Amino acid sequence: MENKEISTNVTGSSRVKRGLAEMLRGGVIMDVVNAEQAKIAEDAGAVAVMALERVPADIRRDGGVARMSDPVLIEEIQSSVTIPVMAKARIGHFAEAQILEALQVDYIDESEVLTPADEAYHIDKWKFSVPFVCGATNLGEALRRISEGAAMIRSKGEAGTGNVVEAVRHLRSIIGDIKKITQADSSELYGWAKSLQAPIELVEEVASTGKLPVPLFCAGGLATPADASLVMQLGAEAVFVGSGIFKSSDPAKRARAIVEATTHYLDPTILIKVSRNLGPAMVGIEMDQLDLKLAERGW
Amino acid sequence: MKIGILALQGDFINHFKVLSQLGVDPILVKSPQDLAAIEGIVIPGGESTTISKLLVSSGVYDPLKERLDNGLAGFGTCAGMIILSRVILDGRSDQVALSSIDISVRRNGFGRQVASFETDIDVAGISGGSMRAAFIRAPVVEEVGSSVEILSDVSYRFPDSSTRKVPVICRERNILVCSFHPEIVGDDRLHRLFLDIC
Repeated sequence: MENKEISTNVTGSSRVKRGLAEMLRGGVIMDVVNAEQAKIAEDAGAVAVMALERVPADIRRDGGVARMSDPVLIEEIQSSVTIPVMAKARIGHFAEAQILEALQVDYIDESEVLTPADEAYHIDKWKFSVPFVCGATNLGEALRRISEGAAMIRSKGEAGTGNVVEAVRHLRSIIGDIKKITQADSSELYGWAKSLQAPIELVEEVASTGKLPVPLFCAGGLATPADASLVMQLGAEAVFVGSGIFKSSDPAKRARAIVEATTHYLDPTILIKVSRNLGPAMVGIEMDQLDLKLAERGW
Repeated sequence: MKIGILALQGDFINHFKVLSQLGVDPILVKSPQDLAAIEGIVIPGGESTTISKLLVSSGVYDPLKERLDNGLAGFGTCAGMIILSRVILDGRSDQVALSSIDISVRRNGFGRQVASFETDIDVAGISGGSMRAAFIRAPVVEEVGSSVEILSDVSYRFPDSSTRKVPVICRERNILVCSFHPEIVGDDRLHRLFLDIC
């Protein structure tokens, strides 16, 4: 049966923006800084790559202002892989986001890993056709980002530490509050909206569905297949791995192992198999030795 | 009825919800043992290169292909269409296809995410009005074999300014595929059609 010309087509709708996040579920999104790393990630079975100029561990080490990547780097990565390519913009830096949209990246991460450009406002993400993912440490922050147009939420964790503890804290906080809200009566929801500093409509939606209106992924400090299994069991729908892969001794093998672990996160037999002989993971940092907490950026 | 849903990666939970509401017993398939009792298989949307690798590493590929070749009903949406097709264009060289339906598909044939779109389509043989279809980095069906039935197509203007008619729902014997995502729109009519095939 023939359908009319596509003049009725709608691009950039919430459905197609959130839809791409749905398609990434159960997958691993890997930070890459060049085309060579992007190919390793795709070879390993990544569902997408995140292009950035330095992985978070190097941003921590080197300091200075961290910004959007050079467009050349993003274009090289886009032409070297067939999977979706995401890229990071600074919090509030809508001009970087406009450039990334014109480059046709598949998702923009308005990320606390880069140095914030605006101390008061995040990007108005409804103005864009390209979907955005934003970090959150708690439910209120997640709902504020969704009210600004984010089509995917990820935990912030503490990027570049190789330490999963903060990502676990953020996931437990978001999912724990969702559970509580589903038990609240309609009067209590106004109290929740007030304490979460989030729109009542979104609080009501969470109360009735028992989940965020957009997919919830986990990011920040994941370094091992067991880390992926842990956060998937806690309720993450997919994982981001940043420094954990390319700061380890055997990135290709570790990347492959984390992909398998994210799929088979409930199967200890497979987790044993993929965890064997991966070589040293990234060294990692304890939270009380951190000079800079990236998760405190954004609000 | 027990219907398997390939659950290696992708939006398999969305298919699970639709099938549960239709009263069937969905089984998430992650290993060869999960195939034993199923009377049909859904291959969900997701990243086709990732699902392809996991199909091989999990050991599901060979027994699933054998079941499909022997008449098991299959329903693939988007990435699932790619994986069920005979020829994948613009895929990875190591990407496996199940070769269950005689079509050639081009991955991401409509373009990158900013070109992802939704529109209303009419579907042959399905009543109840037009169907809202969400195409997300969707594949384009480039060629269909003579025994493949095209249930719906759209006219699309490609970046090179050519306008072509593209099949978006195809069926051949026991296999139904579509390049969009009925599972995220909440329209269960294609799932019902699939259950009729099972």
